[in-house]
Amino acid sequence: MGASVAGLPRTMPYWLRGLAPFLIAIPAVALFQLGIGQFPFLVYIASIVGVNVVLAVSLNIVNGMTGQFSIGHAGFMAVGAYMSAKFSLGMKDVAISIVPVAVSDQILFVAALLVGGAVAAFCGFIVGLPSLRLRGDYLAIVTLGFGEIIRVIVQNTEAFGRALGLSGTPQYSSVFMVWFWVFVTVLVARRIAGSSHGRSLWAIREDEVAAEAMGVDTTGYKVRAFVISAFFAGIAGGLFGHFVPIINPGSFTWVKSMEVVVMIVAGGLGSTTGAIVAAVALTLLPEFMRSAFTALGGGDSSIAQRVDQVRMPIYGILLVILMLSRPQGLFGTREIWDVLPRWLPRRRRPSNRPVPQ
Amino acid sequence: MSDFFQHLINGVAAGTIYALVALGYTMVYGVLKLINFAHGDVMMVGVYMGYATARKLGPGAQSSFLGVLLIFLVAMAGCALLGLLIERFAYRPLREKPRLTALITAIGISFTLSYGFQLDIGFLPGAAPRAFPEIIRPTEWVVFGDRDVVIWNWQVISFGIAFLLTVVLQYLVFQTRFGTAMRAVSFDHRVASLMGIPTDRIIAGTFVLGSALAAGAGLLYAIKDTAVQPLMGLYVGLKAFVAAVIGGIGHVPGAVVGALLLGLVEEFVVGYTSSSWRDAVAFGFLIFVLLARPQGLFGSIAAEKV
Repeated sequence: MGASVAGLPRTMPYWLRGLAPFLIAIPAVALFQLGIGQFPFLVYIASIVGVNVVLAVSLNIVNGMTGQFSIGHAGFMAVGAYMSAKFSLGMKDVAISIVPVAVSDQILFVAALLVGGAVAAFCGFIVGLPSLRLRGDYLAIVTLGFGEIIRVIVQNTEAFGRALGLSGTPQYSSVFMVWFWVFVTVLVARRIAGSSHGRSLWAIREDEVAAEAMGVDTTGYKVRAFVISAFFAGIAGGLFGHFVPIINPGSFTWVKSMEVVVMIVAGGLGSTTGAIVAAVALTLLPEFMRSAFTALGGGDSSIAQRVDQVRMPIYGILLVILMLSRPQGLFGTREIWDVLPRWLPRRRRPSNRPVPQ
Repeated sequence: MSDFFQHLINGVAAGTIYALVALGYTMVYGVLKLINFAHGDVMMVGVYMGYATARKLGPGAQSSFLGVLLIFLVAMAGCALLGLLIERFAYRPLREKPRLTALITAIGISFTLSYGFQLDIGFLPGAAPRAFPEIIRPTEWVVFGDRDVVIWNWQVISFGIAFLLTVVLQYLVFQTRFGTAMRAVSFDHRVASLMGIPTDRIIAGTFVLGSALAAGAGLLYAIKDTAVQPLMGLYVGLKAFVAAVIGGIGHVPGAVVGALLLGLVEEFVVGYTSSSWRDAVAFGFLIFVLLARPQGLFGSIAAEKV
């Protein structure tokens, strides 16, 4: 199992195996930044895609691996976005004197992200608690209600700018930072999936009562899954808050939560790579359609707006059709490297995870 | 003190409308163990049907007794058909699949309806709110003091209709053959079908009944609120669901009690603080009730068998 994380040979020293993903990912992300860093539109698109990937992969830990259906992910994102934006606004005039300004800004940015993530994780703990008592659809409603409560609280708090939102947050974000966090989220999700902790989560997903009978501390694992998931949603919110000019409650409605749910359902509940593929595809598709239609219409933005309108009902229809025809999503609970060999004309490799019935 | 009584009346009036929608949720949940997320949106579609009928009838005919009856009948029949179609093509194929699959489908349908109706292509109405015609002219029926406490005619009418429908439903569920079959399906639909109960037809009938109720409730709501817009179903639906859960989902009188409670709590909190807290109150109340009594006020805990 461990070897499949990045296809690393087992002969590597263990410390190098732990470090190897970072050694590969950081230069890759840096190259990505160098490649598109000077095109503002591409940076924006890459950042949006990255934030959605973080959201989808983190929600997948709760909905996919643990089987608890949470539909309030935007609430955690909002907590992270507002908390880190508040932190950055408060620390705007502070600079760490021994390092250059740019470095100090980035350190403060990471601190802001961690603050947002931590507060979101705490909220995840609060929401995780009812999941001890509630199952399935009840839990879904509670998470939905929680997301709405967060939004209403933000809308009624002067410090968060009420319905107008917060603006003037320093634009610290970069492609490097966003995709570095994408990497961290994916790494954590994959490591969880492959660990004994992950095995317990899968057991809860398959049959909670049986898992409990086998000695799995279902309560503890569910709450921990919530906390981890909420932490990364908070990070995603923090990143989002540092590259959009203004954050307002309208960005974190039920619709945002549903977008993320559609992504992970389409990718396959429980498949990290499925979540990534679906998040990238479902984010890029409307953006490309919008750009394409604007270009075709000779800069006429009314058609582009039409694309935005049509997107939501299409998501709805997509969900229904997916459930009716392929309820396990694109990859099911497998990862892309379990599925690809079947599609490519190469030798068949047995799947290394038991496929749930 | 007169404030208090006015809030009491408004709360009960809001609660009766939630109650009518909540009855549909609770019946479907009772039979299928499925949260029909699309229920609120079916209600929204019903309101638009009523709106279209009223516009066709014109200002004179729409407020006559026959006109109002026709508007209600068209909306209720249209919604019954919609509920039937949703059940047949979206939920029935998934009946033997895990419950989560059906829940996601329900969310998908809800999304499709509420956002599909925001488009302005073809017969779809577009996102802009529309004024619902005054089919029942709001008049003050009872006035205490110097307009301190006012009871409106639509409040009395919706309370009367909700009360009547609850009694009818209670009779239907516990005294008729259809109701007996419904309860049997709710208990165990496989065994029920072995006993010769036409399971599919009973479930379809439940959807027809629930959707027609939702249409009626939606029209009463529209008469009060007058603004019709595609997202109206989402929040009314969610709150009605909250009401059904508070009362113990699957329990008919429980849904009504839960809805009245929710209406009152909402009205009092909003009345004494600010209306921008309205949406948070319902969910806060729900979380509180679920933590204190997860099965709802009247529900019973079913032991989970392995």
